[in-house]
Amino acid sequence: MRDRADLVIVGGGVIGLSLAYHLARLGFSDVVVLEQGYLCFGASGRNGGGVRQQWSTEENVLLMKDAVRRYRRLSQECGYNIWFRQGGYLFLARDDASAATLEQNTKLQNRLGVPTRLISPAEARRIVPVLNLEGVRVCAYNPTDGVLFPFPVVWGMARIASDLGVEINTFTRVTNIDVRGRQIVKVVTDRGAIATRRVVNAAGAWSPQVARLAGVELPNKPYRHEILVSEPVKPFLDPLVSDLSNGTYFSQTMRGEICGGLSDPAEPSSMESGSSLRFLSRMSRSLMRLVPQLGSLKVLRQWAGYYDETPDGQPILGRVDAVDGFIQLNGFGGHGFMMAPAIGQLAAEWILRKAEHPIFSTCDLGRFARGEQRRETFSIG
Amino acid sequence: MPKTIVCRCEDVTEEDLKRAFERGFRDLESLRRFTGFGTGFCQGKSCLCHAARFLAAVKGGDDMVSDPPRTRPPLRPTPFAAFAGALPEADAGAEEKP
Ligand SMILES: Cc1cc2nc3c(=O)[nH]c(=O)nc-3n(C[C@H](O)[C@H](O)[C@H](O)COP(=O)(O)OP(=O)(O)OC[C@H]3O[C@@H](n4cnc5c(N)ncnc54)[C@H](O)[C@@H]3O)c2cc1C
Repeated sequence: MRDRADLVIVGGGVIGLSLAYHLARLGFSDVVVLEQGYLCFGASGRNGGGVRQQWSTEENVLLMKDAVRRYRRLSQECGYNIWFRQGGYLFLARDDASAATLEQNTKLQNRLGVPTRLISPAEARRIVPVLNLEGVRVCAYNPTDGVLFPFPVVWGMARIASDLGVEINTFTRVTNIDVRGRQIVKVVTDRGAIATRRVVNAAGAWSPQVARLAGVELPNKPYRHEILVSEPVKPFLDPLVSDLSNGTYFSQTMRGEICGGLSDPAEPSSMESGSSLRFLSRMSRSLMRLVPQLGSLKVLRQWAGYYDETPDGQPILGRVDAVDGFIQLNGFGGHGFMMAPAIGQLAAEWILRKAEHPIFSTCDLGRFARGEQRRETFSIG
Repeated sequence: MPKTIVCRCEDVTEEDLKRAFERGFRDLESLRRFTGFGTGFCQGKSCLCHAARFLAAVKGGDDMVSDPPRTRPPLRPTPFAAFAGALPEADAGAEEKP
């Protein structure tokens, strides 16, 4: 392991690795990535791979437009097939409030060049004939959203970054961040120390713990989010379908499995990662309401990961007041995977001072103290 | 050359494990995620020990697997319909707005 580096990234998830990948491609590779487990150990190896541009703020729609562009070419760039399939996202609204949200979002998305359409349940059934849409008022469909297979994204970015000179250390846990005065001087791990003046906290659900090592308090909280896959069946489902009434989402993977989850308002904040019968039961019921024929399909496996949630549902990006050289890239909730290629690029340019982007001053930790909370109204799951 | 099948559900051979190992997937969980062994119908019940033994052998024999991949529920593939009525008290929130 190197004993010094210009920049150390804590967390070998998709966010940390996307940053490493983009830094290296911009010619900057005096970088060490530290990951306590294997690559894919955190949320980046446990998610549904959903990638959508249907958001409610201009910032997020544009960010996701850029991310989709980058995901479309990532397989070629990194030599791993990420199985990105643009089968669309179909949202279902059952009440007035969700219907109004979809209508408003569609207008914004159209203005920004995303081809979302508000469609009737009858039209939605032409896209997915097996859907039972009783009680659904209106749907929003964007054919350019999609799903991908997360693991090869992580491995691919890691591989190119390390080919370009970044050192990636798995099974290496950060145990301390040494700060002298206001300046970071060193990162200590269970395999030795690295002298550095810059540290990026990309530790996902663990980021409050990592921040505390440098004496910084983050407001993020971890929440378990459960998910399952079925046995594979012949392709019948193009889009990812999401029911806004309870946060159910499901899609069909390239292997043919049905993969999905739903929100649980009763889930407390914790670092619990076990699987529950409660989830299995609620998910089965919700899925069977939407596609009654799926009752006879078999569940193959369920698991869980963490959402790294901030008070306003938007990530924490950029500097902190108290410690120089300590950069946050965390708090991505249930949508960090889709945003990763765009965030990695922006953060790399910002760190190398090649470009400024307002997101690093509006989405910083200081916004909570300044009372400038942000509100994205369209977080699902 | 005869093939040695490690995982019958997903048709993963010992050659596949070797190639994955050479590419840098050197712990059991990464090996599983890269080759797909253990992710099929039996969920690893027949192949996990073969893969663990393979890894122990290539790593020099005394590298015991301390943290094997978790066996994930359900125990065997089971229809959604069997779970839909499993926990009526978990109903709250599944169909209504949270
Ligand atoms: C079930 C589920 C479904 C999801 N579905 C989607 C989806 O469809 N689309 C989408 O975009 N997003 C989805 N998400 C969210 C997405 O997975 C996350 O937002 C994203 O993976 C976050 O990436 P990350 O790199 O910030 O965190 P992680 O992938 O968790 O990476 C952080 C890493 O830091 C490491 N670490 C922590 N502490 C230390 C330490 N002290 N030393 C060294 N390493 C450390 C951890 O081991 C971990 O690997 C889902 C999440 C879950 C759980």
